[in-house]
Amino acid sequence: MTEVEETLKRIQSHKGVIGTMVVNAEGIPIRTTLDNSTTVQYAGLLHQLTIKAKSTIRDIDPQNDLTFLRIRSKKHEIMVAPDKEYLLIVIQNPCE
Amino acid sequence: MAPKSPQSRRKKPTPGKKKRKPVLPANEEEEPVNMESMGHPEIYPLVLTTKTQEIFNCRIDEDFTDEMPYKIIKKEDIFEDLRNRAAVSDFHPVKKVIQEYPGNELLLVYDKDFKYGLNFYIIGTEEGKENYLNASEVQEDQEEYKEFIPEEIYTYIPPVSKPWVSLGSEKEIEEESVKKSTKQVTYMISRKRSEFGAPITFRDQNASSVKDAYIECTAYPDKNFTLKQLEKNVGMQAVPQVQDTSTQTKWTYPKNASTQYYAREFSEEEKERLGQSKSLTDFLNNVSTSVEIALQQNEITNLFIDDWKSLAEEEGTFGDKTNTHLKEYQSFTDLHSQMEKMITCVSWHPTIYGLIVVSVAVRLSFEERVHFSGRLLLQPSLILFWSFSDPIHPQLMLESPDDIFCFKFCPSDPNIIAGGCINGQIVLWDITTYADRIESTKADGGGNKKTTLKPMFLLEPDGNKEATYIRHCAVSSIESGHRSVITDIHWLADTFEINRFGSVFENRNEICCQLVTCSADCTICFWDIRPLKTLTPTLPTEKKKEESIEIPFDVPSTFLHLDLSWKPLTRIKLSKGETNLDHCPTKISLSEEQLLYKISDKLLDQTKVTEVNLYHNLEAGLANLLKPIDDFCTKFFVGTEEGEVIYTDWKMEKDPDTGRMMAKKPKSLYSVHDGPVHTVQRSPFYNDIILTVGGWNVAIWKEGVMTCCAAKRYTAGHWSLTRPGVFYIGREDGYIDVWDLLEKTHEPAQSQNICITMITYIEPWTFSAKQQFIAIADYYGTLHILEIPWTLSHPSTNEVSSVNYYFEREVKHLEYVEQRRSIREQEKKEMELEMEKRKHKTHHKSKEQMEAELKMDYESYLELEKITLIGLGLAKASETSHMEMM
Repeated sequence: MTEVEETLKRIQSHKGVIGTMVVNAEGIPIRTTLDNSTTVQYAGLLHQLTIKAKSTIRDIDPQNDLTFLRIRSKKHEIMVAPDKEYLLIVIQNPCE
Repeated sequence: MAPKSPQSRRKKPTPGKKKRKPVLPANEEEEPVNMESMGHPEIYPLVLTTKTQEIFNCRIDEDFTDEMPYKIIKKEDIFEDLRNRAAVSDFHPVKKVIQEYPGNELLLVYDKDFKYGLNFYIIGTEEGKENYLNASEVQEDQEEYKEFIPEEIYTYIPPVSKPWVSLGSEKEIEEESVKKSTKQVTYMISRKRSEFGAPITFRDQNASSVKDAYIECTAYPDKNFTLKQLEKNVGMQAVPQVQDTSTQTKWTYPKNASTQYYAREFSEEEKERLGQSKSLTDFLNNVSTSVEIALQQNEITNLFIDDWKSLAEEEGTFGDKTNTHLKEYQSFTDLHSQMEKMITCVSWHPTIYGLIVVSVAVRLSFEERVHFSGRLLLQPSLILFWSFSDPIHPQLMLESPDDIFCFKFCPSDPNIIAGGCINGQIVLWDITTYADRIESTKADGGGNKKTTLKPMFLLEPDGNKEATYIRHCAVSSIESGHRSVITDIHWLADTFEINRFGSVFENRNEICCQLVTCSADCTICFWDIRPLKTLTPTLPTEKKKEESIEIPFDVPSTFLHLDLSWKPLTRIKLSKGETNLDHCPTKISLSEEQLLYKISDKLLDQTKVTEVNLYHNLEAGLANLLKPIDDFCTKFFVGTEEGEVIYTDWKMEKDPDTGRMMAKKPKSLYSVHDGPVHTVQRSPFYNDIILTVGGWNVAIWKEGVMTCCAAKRYTAGHWSLTRPGVFYIGREDGYIDVWDLLEKTHEPAQSQNICITMITYIEPWTFSAKQQFIAIADYYGTLHILEIPWTLSHPSTNEVSSVNYYFEREVKHLEYVEQRRSIREQEKKEMELEMEKRKHKTHHKSKEQMEAELKMDYESYLELEKITLIGLGLAKASETSHMEMM
C-alpha cells in the first residue's frame, strides 16, 4: 500500500470520522471515501470557503497565513487542512 | 221684428259726433222691410188705413177686386201724400223705396190673404211690376184654368195683420233683455300722425330707482321649512400619499457567460497519477499531523458541550412525576350481541382522533363452535367502530362472513380495511362512502374529551347515530386461500412489491397493494389486491357464461374483481424439513423497510386533494416492467404455535432436485417459549430489536442474538411507542405489566390490574405529545382505554442511546457468555483429556500386571460365589473353602 493510502486509512480509522477527501487546488476531488455527489458538493463549497478564509487572514496581516480551518456544526465537525496545491477535508462526528 | 243692429251700426263710424237717436218702436222704422226672406225682395208689405184708401181710391172692396187686386199709383201722388201727412202717412215706411223707384208709377197690390203679412204691398222694382202684371195675366189665365179643377183645391189666403194687442209680453222681454246698466265709457286716444311708425329707442332704467316701477316677491327664509341636520355620515379613508414617478434606466441584465452542468472531475487515470505524485505525498505528510491532533482533541472531549443543559431534564412536565399509573379513561362494550363475545384484534384509526376499531368473535371453543354452528350463522360477525364520544353505540359496524381474528387498516388509505377470518378467508372493506360519518364524530369527540360516562338511563338512544351494517367489499376465494384461521395479516409497504417468485420490485403505484397473511394451516400467503390480467383469451367467454352476481347497491365496487375469486400471489409453506409436521405461524414481523406505518401529512393532503381514489383505479397499476430492487432484505420473523421463533426468507429459490421454485428453509429457529407466540413485534426505535411474547416468558431479540425474561403466563404484548425501553405485557389474570428496561430488567417495573379476565390485545396510540392512550382488550369483549401518564410516555433525554447501549451491553454479555461457554467447554474438554491422560498413564503399567489383577479378581469372585451358595444351602462346604473362610 502506498504511503498516501496508508495515511488516509489511518485518518479514516479515527473514532467518529465520517469521511475523508483530498481535493486539488481547483476543487476537484482526487481521493475520497464518500460517495460522488457528496464529495463534489463538499469539495466545491469548502474550496471556496478556504479561499475566502485565506484571503481574510492575509488581508488582516499580509505576513500571516491560514494553516487550519475547523468548522463546528451541530451534527459534526469539518476540518480543512489547506496547502499550496491540495486540500485535505475530514468530517468527524465528535463523540457524544 | 226689426233688428236694431243696422241702427247702431250706423252710429259708430261717425267721428266726433255723439248722436243719440231715440229708440223707435218696433213697428215703425225708417228702413223698409222687404220680403226678401220670402223670396221676393221687391215686395214691401204695407198697411193702408181707410183714409189712405179713400185718397188713393183703393178701397178694399170697391176698387180692388179679385180679378184686379192691384192698382197703379203715381209716384207724385204718393209724394204729395207724404208731404201732407208726413209721418202719419202709410207710405212713410216705404218712403225710401218710392224715392228710389225709377219709374213713375208704382204697383200697389191688395193682399187679401195676408200673404206677406199686411193687407197691401208695394212692388219696389219695375221688373217686379212687370212680372206681377204678367203674372196676373197669367194668373187670370190660371184662374180660368183653375176653374176646371175641382173645388177642393185649397187657396192660400195670406194672413191679414191685425193690430198688436199687448198681452204683457213686452214686459217679459224687457225683463229678459240685456241692457247696459251703465253708460259705456269710451276713450279716445289721439296721437300725432307723424309720430306713428317712428323708430323705437329703448333706454335702460334701474327698476329700483323708480318708485313702484316693479313689484317683487322677495324670498324669505321660512322657519317651517328649515331642516337642521343633526347627523352626518362621512366616510374617511386614510390614503398614503403616493406619487408616481418613472425613470428610464438602462437595463443591464445578467447573461450567462458560460455554464457548467457537471462538476469537474478527474478521470481514473488522472486520479491514479496524481495519487502517486510526490507532491501529494509530501502534502499529506505535512498535514496529517495537525489533522490527527485535531481529531484526537475531539475524541478526548467535546469542547462545546453545555454542562448545565445536559444536566437538566426537560422542563414542563404535565402532571405529577410520581404518577406512574395508567389512568382509566373509557371503556366500550357491545351490549347488543346475544352471545358472549371476546375481542380478537384492536386497532386505532390512523387518522381520526378518538376512533378505535375492534373485531369481536364469539367466545367458544372448537367443539362448542361446531355445536352451535347453526346459531352462529344467523349472527353477523362484526368489526365495530367505537368513538370516544359515544360509548354505547358503535359508529359503524362492518359485516363479515365469519369471525374476524385479525385486521389491519391500509396505510395508504385509511378507508380500506383487510381482515382475516376464522375460516381462512380474507375480507376487504371499503368505507369511503361512510368516511364523512365517522369524520363528523371526530368533531364531537374533540369537544367532549373530558365528559365522564353518564349512567345508562340518562343517555337517550341517538336516532341519528344508528349504526349501519356495512357489507364487505370482497372476500378471497375459499378453495385457494387459507384453510384454517388466519392468525396475522399485514399490508406490505408501498415502496416495493413482490411477484410470484418472491423477488422484489419497485412499486410504481404509490399505494399499498399487497398483503401478507399467515394462518394455522402452516402457510404464509402473499396477496395482491389488483386484478390479475387474463392470461388466455378464452377466459372472458367463460366469464360471460357465469351468471352475473347481483351486488347490493350499497356495496362499493372497489374490489369487485376480487370478490370470491381472489387467489394468493404466492404461498410459502413452513415446513420442518423432512418431517410432515409443519410450523404453525401465529404472528409475523417484517422489517421496517417492509412495513411503513408512518402516516405523514403528505398522505392526508393527498387523500383530500386528489379526487381520484387510487384504489378505484387499481387496474392502472399493473405495469409489466418494474425495476427489481436489489439488496432488499426479504427475511422476516415468524412466531409459531409451538413457541418457536423462526427467522426465514420469503424469496423462493430453485430446488435442485425438482427444478421448481421452492421456499427456502428457515434460516434460524429458536424454541424459547413455552406456549404459542402471541406477539412478534419490532421495536419502533431500533430496527433489529424484536419482542416476542408467548407462553410464560417474554423474549427480546436482536437479529441473531437473544435474551429472555421469565414470569407469569403472558397473553399480549406491545412496545411503547415513545419510550424505547418500555413495553407492555398483558397477563391472563387481567394484569398489565409495564416493563422498563432502564429500571429493572428481570421483572416488570409496575403491574396494574385492568380487568378480571384474560387480556387479549394491547395497542397503544399517540395522539399528541401530551396525550397517549393504550387500548386493552379482554376476553369478555370489553375494550378499555387508558391514558398513559407522562412518565411512561415521555422519554427522558438520551433514552434512546441509553437503551441502545443497554442492548449492546446485553449482546456483548451474551456473546461473552457464549464465549465463556465455549471456553468452558474447551476447558472441560481439556480437563477430560487430562483425566483421560492420567488414566491412560496408570493403565500403562504392563499387560501382565493387568492380567494378574484380572486373575485375582476372578478368584475373589469365585470365593464369593461359594460362600453365597453355602449360605443358601445349595452347595456343601468343602474343607478348603471352609479352611479359607476360617
